[in-house]
Amino acid sequence: MQLQHVNVKLLVKEPEEVPLEPLIPIFHSWIQGQVLEELLLDVADYRHVPAGPGVVLVGHQANYSVDHTDDRLGVRYNRKAEITGSNQDALQQALRASLIACQRLETEPTLEGKLRFNGQEIEFFVNDRLLAPNRDATRKAFHSDFETFFKKLFRGGEYSLSYANEPRRLFGVTAKSSRTFATSDLLANLNA
Amino acid sequence: MPEALAREIDIFETEITLRKQGKVEERLFAETRLRRGAYGQRYDNGQRHNGKAVQEVAYPSGKLTKGPHTMWDAPGMQRIKIPAGGLNASQLETLAELAEEYSDGIAHITTRQDVQLHYVHIEDTPSIMRRLAAANITTREACGNSVRNVTACPYAGVCPDEVFDVTPYARALSKFLLGHPDCQNFGRKFKPSFSGCGQHACGLASMHDLGLVAKERTENGERKIGFEMYVGGGLGAVPYQAKLFDSFIPPEELLPLAQAIARVFAKLGEKKNRSRARIKFLIQDLGIEKFRELVLEERKNLPPDPRWTEYIESATAEFKEAALKPAGKAPLLGSAEFQRWVKTNIRPQKQQGYAVVTIALPLGDITANQLRALSDIARRFTNETLRTTVEQNIILRWVSQDDVSKVWQALKAAGLAEPSAETILDIVTCPGTDTCKLGISSSRGLAAELRKRLGEKSVQLDEAVKSLHIKISGCFNSCGQHHVADLGFYGVSRKMSGYAVPHFQVVLGGEWANNAGSYGMPVMAIPSKHIPEVVTRLVDRYAAGRKNGEAFKDFIKRMGKAELKNVLDDLAHAPADPSDRSIFTDWGDPREYSLEDMGVGECAGEVISAIDFDLAGAEREVFEAQVALENGQADQAGKLAYQAMLRAARGLVRLEYPNVSQESDQIVGEFRARFYDTQRFFDPFAGGKFAHYLFAAQQKSNEPHTADSARYLIDEAHLFVEAAHSCYQRMGNPVAV
Repeated sequence: MQLQHVNVKLLVKEPEEVPLEPLIPIFHSWIQGQVLEELLLDVADYRHVPAGPGVVLVGHQANYSVDHTDDRLGVRYNRKAEITGSNQDALQQALRASLIACQRLETEPTLEGKLRFNGQEIEFFVNDRLLAPNRDATRKAFHSDFETFFKKLFRGGEYSLSYANEPRRLFGVTAKSSRTFATSDLLANLNA
Repeated sequence: MPEALAREIDIFETEITLRKQGKVEERLFAETRLRRGAYGQRYDNGQRHNGKAVQEVAYPSGKLTKGPHTMWDAPGMQRIKIPAGGLNASQLETLAELAEEYSDGIAHITTRQDVQLHYVHIEDTPSIMRRLAAANITTREACGNSVRNVTACPYAGVCPDEVFDVTPYARALSKFLLGHPDCQNFGRKFKPSFSGCGQHACGLASMHDLGLVAKERTENGERKIGFEMYVGGGLGAVPYQAKLFDSFIPPEELLPLAQAIARVFAKLGEKKNRSRARIKFLIQDLGIEKFRELVLEERKNLPPDPRWTEYIESATAEFKEAALKPAGKAPLLGSAEFQRWVKTNIRPQKQQGYAVVTIALPLGDITANQLRALSDIARRFTNETLRTTVEQNIILRWVSQDDVSKVWQALKAAGLAEPSAETILDIVTCPGTDTCKLGISSSRGLAAELRKRLGEKSVQLDEAVKSLHIKISGCFNSCGQHHVADLGFYGVSRKMSGYAVPHFQVVLGGEWANNAGSYGMPVMAIPSKHIPEVVTRLVDRYAAGRKNGEAFKDFIKRMGKAELKNVLDDLAHAPADPSDRSIFTDWGDPREYSLEDMGVGECAGEVISAIDFDLAGAEREVFEAQVALENGQADQAGKLAYQAMLRAARGLVRLEYPNVSQESDQIVGEFRARFYDTQRFFDPFAGGKFAHYLFAAQQKSNEPHTADSARYLIDEAHLFVEAAHSCYQRMGNPVAV
């Protein structure tokens, strides 16, 4: 089964300290400069919705957001356009894009260094129920892909994988590494 | 999924393919998608102002369009019709899935009880429609020049003050008018609404094209129910109060009278000047007496339709809401937080021991996870009796009084227990500049700011102030219903120091009660950034100066425009400090304000006549016939080719005889008499040759097709459809009578 519409969410440190309002001008400036590889189009502000998508940078091929779903704040990448290649390619592409966006946010002056990846926890989702319904068969089908991917990502270090079982929700896995990594480390590991 | 609905979506998917191949004209495709609820969104003309300059948006599909000035790849909005606002738990779950997979994780409740998903790609819409259809929801005619969602009081059936439950009638009318041939030739949209009583706001009958208010009377000692029927109401730039068409129509006349009104509107309504194409202008021009006379004449001539009564009877029989749990008696005791919520979000039903719970949604937005949580709550405590409201909320009906506390806890866990329903914090707003092409000012940005500021001091607010309504539109088109708010605002632009500045026109003292009984008074335009101060000054004045329970609209009337202007005048000006540039940006948008992002609105749709759709449908069937033949389905291909000819012929016949049936004998007979015998269908060179293709195909219509016969028939169908186009053009493009 070919993975498509992969979402990645990098959980952040001390989420209560992260100001969301500065994200609006930041994302507008990203559109102005078209600083990411996708075509960037618009900013949607959902800060008023509890545990919602937060602030979303809408793109053609993908959306980026600082997302508050499940009351877990993180930098999220939502791949919309299909990509070619293997499942490893799909996972890598989505993680790389989210890490690059997160790295940018970590160094944005107006956020004053308050938005930082927590170094350990990454959520992956497949935003396509027709392709990947959230059930055992899907978990079995993709488990080895995830194992291969995270072994490389965490350089053979210890990590745990946990799957969400609620069948109505998106199929997804949370990877938690026993040691912390900076975004730059993970990018380097992806490129290794 | 019902077969007809599946076919309808397949057709749309084929039309998408044909448009991509350049085989469907862009205006026709625009109206086609609009009639499926697929709407344009801001920046879809391929340009975006980034705060400094207009940037070209390099959409991957290049210059391909999905309508005039509407780029193919530009994100759009999918509107989803929810008749009478009725939803069940499974439907909430479907909406949750679609919001996650095709939109940005949010479902938005509109001021007409619809649901909207934003940032949707046109090529995803058939999948969205199929998944909705599987949940018994349609998007058909959610936009465009069609009969829009039939709205109804969300408390119908449980309201202590209603005359009777209008829900089945709203559902019957919705079903009857959906796709009805008499509703395909409008110059603009047509919005019906039902209310269970005259005194409350819920149905907003006075501001609808067709407003129906439940009534009863006694005839020969027997109680009869019916409707007070209003026509020609509407908001927009200049709001119109609906006019009384009839003080009492019996239920069996509801559908035929609506059909007759549709016919008169289609026949006489303005088609060219879009700004005067709503039915309210036709009624104004004709006068209500003449309009009534024409409708009643049309009613007399309608061929009897068994659905007029069948739909009412079946809707009444099928629609039976009941409680899941026994009626409760427990007093609503709990923490101060719970009490605050009870005060604003709970109202007793007429059925003792049951309550309606209002889930107040900030700016009408709800997340996918919240939709799923709400579906669980609806199943756990009720028989999934949910409705959307015109105040952009969702209500849960038939909650046993014993369960109210548990429902609150479950809602709280889902972030859905905001204690603000129908208060000054429950601000209604259209999408405005966030996503609407016509937006001038940021209505949602302002609403979010007002919610924040008012929320911070909500506990100290005077009770009379708490019950006020704020409604905001991003432009004069009134989607936020600002005319019927105590404090209404609509977006305008003004120049200050040579720069454009986002403003809101302040409209005060509209009446929400009495089915939107009266409209507010425009006072003056104020820069967006000063509107929170406008609200503060006005509500403080009201709290301090109202007399003996005086309503806000009476207070405003007493103050008068001159005094209001005095109170607000200083706010209309730029800040004294020239370095303060805050007014040159809008709420929630750091870009320097510009009107360059405004596009051409699609609210008005494209004026496409029924014959255009018939001929396009015939072309599509020729295309489908070719595909079937390529797939080795010769018989199917031949049938489709014949069907295409029939459709084109029927389209021409309908120009003169709208009651023509779908029967092939009648279509061909009428076509022969009207177009062949008169030689109007004759080609200048080929004479009646192409008409003979149809006559021959009809004679052989029961014979199976071989690959060869199907191929010949497809070629003939192609030529026949072309000839129908030519004939229509020679006739000077008349509109159906």
